[in-house]
Amino acid sequence: MKMEISTIVPVEPNPNIPVISPGDTVRVSIKVVEGQRQRSQVFQGVVIRVRKGAASANFTVRRVTYGVGVERTFFLHSPSLEKVEVLRHGRVRRAKLYYLRRLTTKAARLKERRVKEERKEG
Amino acid sequence: MVEGIVGRKIGMTHVFGEDGKVEPVTAIEAGPCFVTQIKRRDKDGYDAVQLGFGEAKRLNLPEKGHLKKVGMLKHLREFEASEIDSLKLGQRVDVGMFKEGDRVDVSGTSKGKGFAGVVKRHHFAGGPKTHGQSDRHRAPGSIGATTTPGRVLKGLRMAGHMGNERVTVKNLKVVKADPERNLLLLRGAVPGAKNGLLIIIRKSRASGA
Repeated sequence: MKMEISTIVPVEPNPNIPVISPGDTVRVSIKVVEGQRQRSQVFQGVVIRVRKGAASANFTVRRVTYGVGVERTFFLHSPSLEKVEVLRHGRVRRAKLYYLRRLTTKAARLKERRVKEERKEG
Repeated sequence: MVEGIVGRKIGMTHVFGEDGKVEPVTAIEAGPCFVTQIKRRDKDGYDAVQLGFGEAKRLNLPEKGHLKKVGMLKHLREFEASEIDSLKLGQRVDVGMFKEGDRVDVSGTSKGKGFAGVVKRHHFAGGPKTHGQSDRHRAPGSIGATTTPGRVLKGLRMAGHMGNERVTVKNLKVVKADPERNLLLLRGAVPGAKNGLLIIIRKSRASGA
């Protein structure tokens, strides 16, 4: 009788989205519709936050362009999310990397975390 | 045709459109309801249908007698109906009555906030936070004039009990109605806590399109 909210909206894992964790440097491809045309837009940066929650799951990517910090949040199960590539795993000690916002240039770098075996995509 | 249904709030989530647009939706376990009584103009003074929702563990004798023919139902609510002659006692009513894009009004009992001050209850601004203020931060300010009229006007907004009252949200869009799972998804928020009882009524023509 009792229904669970997480089962209401069925979500299928996108085969083009690997497991992402905070500190990863990712390249996100988003479908953008301009009038009749559809093209793909790329946003590359560091994942500073991953939020769980069935259909509501999302993650935030931060990058600095021309000295200006830009953050974009993507819904993990959004159909407009085309592809996510993990370019590099960063070594981080917390789940939310908000502290990167007040750091610049060299201080905002993350050490790489070498993964023995490349995690299975998808 | 019954013009409404009884349901229970499950919670809120997101739904994605094909273009990637996100819609905030409230999931409601709506129905199945059963017709428990048909009221008629000649006997009861007006036409209406009483629907029952949810399994009842225990009923008192008058309730058992009333529901003898339809089974143990917990919540009974009355609805307007058209073509009342086509309805039968015990008939099942489910969310199949709604389809995507329909508009509905939803009533429920809002979350109780207890005895709430005027800042929370009436959105007063409260007093200054600095410049030597003491005890004025969330105070209501003046509540009236002096000797004339010499009393506080009736209906003045003050602190008091807030919430735990019937609230109706109008004109919500049906995003999805799934009779198989008794599931109704409505765009936007709905009054009350999770598991709260809700009454969903097809948007009346009188309230405008």
